[in-house]
Amino acid sequence: MKYFRNLVKPYIIWSFLMIVVPLLLIVLYSVTTGGNSLVNIQFTLDNFGKIAEPIYLAVFIRSFKIGLITVLICFFMGYPLAYMIARFSEKVQSVLILVVTIPMWINMLLRTYAWISLLSDNGIINSFLVSLGFEPVTMMYTDFAVAVGLVCDFLPFMVIPIHTSLSKIDKSLIEAAYDLGANRVQTFFRVVFKLSLPGVINGVIMTFLLAISSFVIPKLLGGGQYMLIGNLIENQFISVGDWNFGSAISLLLAVVILFLIHLMKKMDPDETEEG
Amino acid sequence: MGNKIIELKGVTKNFGEQQVLKGIDLNIYENEFLTLLGPSGCGKTTTLRIIAGFDEPSQGQVLFNGIEISKLPPYKREVNTVFQKYALFPFLNVYDNVAFGLNIKKVDKSIIAQKVSKVLKLVGLEGFEKRDVTLLSGGQQQRVAIARALVNEPKVLLLDEPLGALDAKLRKEMQIELKKIQKEVGITFIFVTHDQEEALSMSDTVVVMNEGIIQQIGTPVDIYNEPENRFVADFIGESNIIEAVMLRDCLVQFDGFQFECVDKGFKDEEEVEVVLRPEDIDIVKPENAKITGVVKSLVFKGVHHEIVVQTKYRDYLIHTTDYFEVGLAVGLSFGPEDIHVMYKMDY
Ligand SMILES: Nc1ncnc2c1ncn2[C@@H]1O[C@H](COP(=O)(O)OP(=O)(O)OP(=O)(O)O)[C@@H](O)[C@H]1O
Ligand SMILES: [Mg+2]
Repeated sequence: MKYFRNLVKPYIIWSFLMIVVPLLLIVLYSVTTGGNSLVNIQFTLDNFGKIAEPIYLAVFIRSFKIGLITVLICFFMGYPLAYMIARFSEKVQSVLILVVTIPMWINMLLRTYAWISLLSDNGIINSFLVSLGFEPVTMMYTDFAVAVGLVCDFLPFMVIPIHTSLSKIDKSLIEAAYDLGANRVQTFFRVVFKLSLPGVINGVIMTFLLAISSFVIPKLLGGGQYMLIGNLIENQFISVGDWNFGSAISLLLAVVILFLIHLMKKMDPDETEEG
Repeated sequence: MGNKIIELKGVTKNFGEQQVLKGIDLNIYENEFLTLLGPSGCGKTTTLRIIAGFDEPSQGQVLFNGIEISKLPPYKREVNTVFQKYALFPFLNVYDNVAFGLNIKKVDKSIIAQKVSKVLKLVGLEGFEKRDVTLLSGGQQQRVAIARALVNEPKVLLLDEPLGALDAKLRKEMQIELKKIQKEVGITFIFVTHDQEEALSMSDTVVVMNEGIIQQIGTPVDIYNEPENRFVADFIGESNIIEAVMLRDCLVQFDGFQFECVDKGFKDEEEVEVVLRPEDIDIVKPENAKITGVVKSLVFKGVHHEIVVQTKYRDYLIHTTDYFEVGLAVGLSFGPEDIHVMYKMDY
């Protein structure tokens, strides 16, 4: 045992350097002023106060709005999809789940550019509309375009946990409901949906987190002026250079994410047993 | 016994290549406690699922009060099921589990409350209304499952090995209680088990099945005393099963001797099999018996001794409360009514 424990040491040192140190730096930056140079730092909470300023608050609100829209669309598309998949035989199910994840194998940038060529003013959809005699519609650089991109990217994260929940349901519970006089619709709402709730909550939190912290898709499909939390952080670090404010936002986001992940674990009975 | 309530006519069931039920004909009557008994995999659950409506027969008919129902979905049938693993809804408490069926039928809330409390009293779970079903013991979950089915006042209650998961003592208690409940509510119970003792002690009618075929239908006493073939005799209890020849009515020959018996209706010289129950054989002095041998082994089983006597043709199993030393020369004695003659099975 001792021997193996020693083998782990390099990994621990490595992850300490690559994960813990940067994290500590972010915490440090977020409560100080003076930017990148750590020579003359002063402790302050102004960075967090700054988040409440209207322009930044607006970014937060927009992020949450887009996050919610993404979650809702993902849910209403993902649940029926997961439900249908769960009705097939086990072998077919694993193939279908693989199919659902196919988009994830393609580089995200590529996928996003594909959307641009579909949605832009003289893109494929608009040319099609024009050829049918309709007016072209502006889709690029709108909430709509961003939502489409986000949904497309994050749908598997909704489908997979819901499918997992659904496929774990004890069939005899469904039969019990039929037996007690519930028809298919009643059985779905009174039994199946309730038993799939852990998966739904997992999927909702996961897609929400991914949506509010994404920055490539909003930038490409929403345009340069379109800011979500992810873009705001990116901007603070890369173009504005206010590392302290950027760190404060990151930290806040990290706390929110940790909290939601904690909630998610609580929802999944299997996870709590292990952890 | 009352009117016929369920009738299975030539019911078969195929799962892919495998034929699981090979033509089941069965009449089930009102107020009857009927048990499907047979070894694992013989098709008991499948038969029950066809009656409940979870599976459709491949061929044949299921009649309910004379009306064909094999295509009717389970939620339209007047039967309820107690599932082997209870299948209680984990997100509902005891009260809401029991009230599920009545809620679906949109029964008035106050009537639901009355019926639920009545049925919980019947199964001995008064005061358990608010409990979380996942935290109940196996026996308590079992009672909730029974209450949940009974509250709908079905005409027939289906129970698939409902006592399978309980320990021996609780099992005995629940057997008595189930029987009491059945008498009290006065409906038909179709009970599945692979425990012959359970079947014999609880049922009005026992249906012995093997490999998708009904081997015998009868009262527990019939089944025990007059098994129709070797399978039934073997399955119902430890037995001595002996190849024999029926010389004529009431005279059978085996182990080189002729014995008087009470069975008739076989062909003369027909090859048959004879069942001698271990508790029906008396051990006597060798000079007082036709069949003789020596005591080969003796095991104390709590109340009786299980003795094996080695004779010229075979070993006999005997249950007796008396003690006999191993190696002792003994004779085996039994009366005409202890000899049960059965048709020979073709294997
Ligand atoms: N859905 C199914 N698909 C394929 N085969 C099945 C299915 N259900 C049952 N079988 C097969 O049918 C046969 C009878 O099964 P059944 O469950 O009726 O047996 P049983 O008498 O209830 O046995 P046990 O005492 O073990 O519960 C078994 O060989 C089983 O493997
Ligand atoms: Mg079974």
